[in-house]
Amino acid sequence: MPDTATPSRSALKVHRIEVRPRRGQADPRGASVLRQIETLGLERRPKRVDYAAVYLLEGDLTSDEVHRIADELLADCVTQAAEIHPTDAAAKARVSPGVAVIEVHPLPGVTDPAAESVQLAIEAMLGKCVSVLTGDRYDLHGVEPKIARAIAERLLANTVIHDIHDAPYLPASFPHGRPYTLTIREVAICGLSDAELERMSRDAHLFLSLDEMKAIQAEYKRLGREPREIELETLAQTWSEHCVHKTLKSTIRYRELSGAPGSGGWSLAKSASGRPHHEPQSDGTVVIRNLLKATVAAATHELMADGIDWCLSVFVDNAGVIAFDGDWAVCFKCETHNHPSAIEPYGGSATGIGGCIRDIMGTGLSAKPIAATDVFCVAYPEIEELPAGCLHPRRVLSQVVAGVRDYGNRMGIPTLNGTVWFDNNYVGNPLVYCGCIGLLPKHLVRGEVKRGDRIIAIGGRTGRDGIHGATFSSAELTDTHADEFSHAVQIGNAITEKKALDCIIAARDHAGGPLFSAITDCGAGGFSSAVGEMGKDCGAEVHLERAPLKYNGLSPVEVWISEAQERMVLAVPADKVELLGRICADHCVEWCDLGTFGTPTDELVLIWHGTEVGRMDTHFLHDGNPMPTREAVWDPTFTAGQRFQPPKPQFAAGGRFGLSERSADIAKALEALLEHPNIASKAWIVRQYDHEVQGMSVVKPLVGPHAGPGDAAVIQPVPTSQKGLAIGNGLATGLSADPYLMVLAAIDECVRNLVCVGTDPTRIAILDNFCWPSCKDPRNLGSLVRAAEACYDGAKAYRTPFISGKDSLNNQFVTDGGVTIQIPPTLLVSGFGIVQEIERAMTMDAKRAGNLLVLVGSTHGRMGGSQFQIITGQAGGELPVTDLTVGPRTAKAVSEAIRSGVAVSAHDLSEGGLLVAAAEMAFAGGLGLDLDPTKAADGDVELHAKCFSEEPSRYLLEVAPTDRERIAKVLMGLPYAIVGTFTERPSLAIRLGNDVTEIPIDRLRERWSGSNW
Amino acid sequence: MAHVTNALVITAPGINCDLELCHAFEAAGAKVDTAHLQRLIREPAIINRYRLIGLPGGFSYGDDIAAGRVMAQLIRQSLYPALAAAIERGVPMITPCNGFQIAVQSGLLPGPDAGAGWPEEPAAPSVALTQNSAARFNDIWTRFEIPANSRCVWTRGLRCQPGTDVIPCAHGEGRFVADEDTIALLEANGQIAIRYAGGDNFNGSMGAIAGICDASGLVFGLMPHPERYTRWTQHPTWTRLDPAVRNGDTPGLRMFKAAVAHTMGVSVR
Repeated sequence: MPDTATPSRSALKVHRIEVRPRRGQADPRGASVLRQIETLGLERRPKRVDYAAVYLLEGDLTSDEVHRIADELLADCVTQAAEIHPTDAAAKARVSPGVAVIEVHPLPGVTDPAAESVQLAIEAMLGKCVSVLTGDRYDLHGVEPKIARAIAERLLANTVIHDIHDAPYLPASFPHGRPYTLTIREVAICGLSDAELERMSRDAHLFLSLDEMKAIQAEYKRLGREPREIELETLAQTWSEHCVHKTLKSTIRYRELSGAPGSGGWSLAKSASGRPHHEPQSDGTVVIRNLLKATVAAATHELMADGIDWCLSVFVDNAGVIAFDGDWAVCFKCETHNHPSAIEPYGGSATGIGGCIRDIMGTGLSAKPIAATDVFCVAYPEIEELPAGCLHPRRVLSQVVAGVRDYGNRMGIPTLNGTVWFDNNYVGNPLVYCGCIGLLPKHLVRGEVKRGDRIIAIGGRTGRDGIHGATFSSAELTDTHADEFSHAVQIGNAITEKKALDCIIAARDHAGGPLFSAITDCGAGGFSSAVGEMGKDCGAEVHLERAPLKYNGLSPVEVWISEAQERMVLAVPADKVELLGRICADHCVEWCDLGTFGTPTDELVLIWHGTEVGRMDTHFLHDGNPMPTREAVWDPTFTAGQRFQPPKPQFAAGGRFGLSERSADIAKALEALLEHPNIASKAWIVRQYDHEVQGMSVVKPLVGPHAGPGDAAVIQPVPTSQKGLAIGNGLATGLSADPYLMVLAAIDECVRNLVCVGTDPTRIAILDNFCWPSCKDPRNLGSLVRAAEACYDGAKAYRTPFISGKDSLNNQFVTDGGVTIQIPPTLLVSGFGIVQEIERAMTMDAKRAGNLLVLVGSTHGRMGGSQFQIITGQAGGELPVTDLTVGPRTAKAVSEAIRSGVAVSAHDLSEGGLLVAAAEMAFAGGLGLDLDPTKAADGDVELHAKCFSEEPSRYLLEVAPTDRERIAKVLMGLPYAIVGTFTERPSLAIRLGNDVTEIPIDRLRERWSGSNW
Repeated sequence: MAHVTNALVITAPGINCDLELCHAFEAAGAKVDTAHLQRLIREPAIINRYRLIGLPGGFSYGDDIAAGRVMAQLIRQSLYPALAAAIERGVPMITPCNGFQIAVQSGLLPGPDAGAGWPEEPAAPSVALTQNSAARFNDIWTRFEIPANSRCVWTRGLRCQPGTDVIPCAHGEGRFVADEDTIALLEANGQIAIRYAGGDNFNGSMGAIAGICDASGLVFGLMPHPERYTRWTQHPTWTRLDPAVRNGDTPGLRMFKAAVAHTMGVSVR
């Protein structure tokens, strides 16, 4: 058992050590900070920035020992020098004139992984326990302290988790927690009025509705007592939107405003009969009982009843599981971590990916994470108006990338698929989606808690981090959220999680069989949610004082609901606990025995040093939350909450100064599209991720000799099997004006991406992640219903079952002026599928001059929501419609073209349309292309649409000229056209009859790869 | 294939390239065991049973102070004598990426002068792998070359085409730094084992040095990841490779096979 005692503090002294590059050595970190300062657009900038790492050590150390630590442990003797500051005065004396010092230290209680490593190394080196704090020192040359401070706040620190000092920092002692004395607080709610209940819900950050507060009040009136604080908190966590998806599971009464169907003409009122759990009413409304069950899950269950036998676990576990081959299964989970990322993007995204990885570790009897994905939705980096309380989008994006990088790379999980979508309505509420894929033996897909199993917690210690994360996600962000919810923000420690992972896989693969009967992760709600969920049927007795703590002073309530990272809860048969303990010790992993699953009354009983501090009925806890009927209205004209228009157009379409239909203007538009942030290369992100760790990669995110944008990634998860696993996504936020069409397009895009790398279209499973503005507004709920209905129709048409999903339904930001900025409704479709033979995997780079470029699919000229509209400042227009018969047939035919070897490259047509996709194929393969876009469709479709339409179910294939007949046979019955020929000549020729413009391929590639972060 | 030799892969908290290193040894014909650093510290004699050693990549102990620093400290204090004895016994040892960073800080590389024998106490570091010049993690395949005078056992017989042959790299702290004299000595001794070629020195290493070996050529430390390149389908443009090229082994696998072949005469206890 870990020892949390702190040594006597009388002999302790704080020592300060600085480590910086030796004279003559480069300072890449300082130089990098200077480069980033240049992007801030300040009037005065420093001439130079020097970086030094700062270590504060509190302990009983001799001067020799401090020198040893400095020279042998902290500084590298070849490139660095250490400096020791015994006193505050000595530290402060080391500041040169004309230099403003900024020093950044984590706030007390914030996880400091580097400090933990230094402590461990000093203990190994000297056999002494020392407390360590780390910090970063920046010497900014030639600026005033005021400017330095501004730079610190905008770039170097986040005051939510950091202290900023303007001089070298050396405190006399470290802050230490005080021992906790138990007080059991009862919360008087039985006598409260409705208004008082609502106020309490908000003030105590419970975020429960009035109905829910009243249900709790009624339950405690029945029990004849007031709830204790820990019980109320448990209810708030368990009933949070985050944990129970109460909106998606509730009953909804949906109506469409007259004349409403939206641009695709789809009406639920007209399609409701025959849909499961849908009840059309005589007044034209539709009542839907449990939206999730009636749409997303219904499609999966219907598909499983109709022959799909490879779904092994859907919607019940921490991730959905499908069969990979005879022995192995693969699982996929995608989560969002939006609100924490809005406040502290680095910690928010790192703990986002960390939590999603734990979901995979907690699937079945534990899966090994083998791949990760990330999708970010942020405002444009050039946003002109930044509301108070929002971080700059450039900072948000670079920091969320850094967070995923540092966590994913350390865990050794390749992050190999994702995208970034820019829209200024994400300014106050960016979206951070993190996905993770795991591999597990097929016979370990299910775990089951057994009465009498011990409750074993493994991994990180418990601290005050992340308290109220689950309920925080139910709140809406405001300009003061950073102050109010700073405790919900955390920094992760990937190595703690990696150790826990290694340990759990060893316990799973133990020669005598798994050492545990069930496992789950501690995510939102902490132990309260993990233990509560596992003990749902049998109850549990939990001794909270047994949890190892990061510092003294935590109350039982805090231990119970803390969302401290890197913790897993296992149900372990009593006779296996000792063996598990030994495996933990071998992996240097802390664990504790919190109590027992199963109580005589099936209640959840919470104990602190022998005193009962809480007792709850598990049935009320898990099934007692009221499910009111919610009103939903589909009003296609409603986008009032999205107050930002797209950035200023670069061109006007038509007219004297706009884009004509001349080839030179088409070329101009193509170049503008290639450098548009939504289309331009994401290589700067991809390459910061170790997307090849574990050595499984078959198709990487960037493909071809000139690293073009691959459609999806392929890995070989089992080295002895030639089967591959492809991972892709679909996102069609541009079509959010009608979420029904948006979601169909996203499913089609996800399928296209997967098919283009060689995936078998009959073996694709998908995930839904809804991010919506507040669904308390019936109009937002109406648009959510349409999206869910599209999930049902799309999944059935493509025979791609949803296996897992998640929703985040409060994505909006209230400015200090009281203006609400709502995000566009956003649904990410993540998908993975089987590539039957990795040798048949396909890439998008053009392979050979002389080969033909074949466009598969119809172009009708529906330009609504396209990138071309954004750069030409158009709005409205018809949204593209996904044909649910043609789309799946096309996917199948394209897959056959790839499988049979007729197609030698394949690329999905998405943002930017035909010209962008064709240019990408050419420059990725280092070839030129002679392209005639007029052949893309019939004459009555206008030229701009032929070039730049983003209509779904369209693909580009490269086919040898000798294979014309074979491709005709494969595509029989489907619309297709030969639109170009790849050439040795390194340019793209846009041919409109006699009007031809040529652009060098290198220039197109440069445009595309231009953006530098 | 019958296993003719055996390999030990050392893991530790944060090491994360151990599985692919195991697969590479297996593909080269070795039988592989892994052992956690903690266990080896308790029982260093385990090392005596093996003919090959691998110290994989990853982020040992979080790489929090600097890459490999904490793990190197632990090895200096406990495991160094056993590892040095193994090298004296003739055991080839490969240390890619984080392994390389650990090796240069724990006295295993560049190692003693030819014929001098391994010192009892680990030597102070004389070369360093520090932050990439762009101060950023980078996952990229680079062209490479093997210096003609290299003594390295692992690259023996590996003829490469510096213009076309590539190898995967993925690190944030791989910039090779040493003083000019040290580099001159390493060059003269044939201890430069691999260099970035064709202008692909993306991390700004002195002399474009991507990896070095000790004077015996047994210990091979390098920033690239040959263990991620044992199958042609791992190559970034494998779909375009000439079938004739794909008939042979990948450069990564050839390195492991060369080391396995070298172990025929190595004795174990």
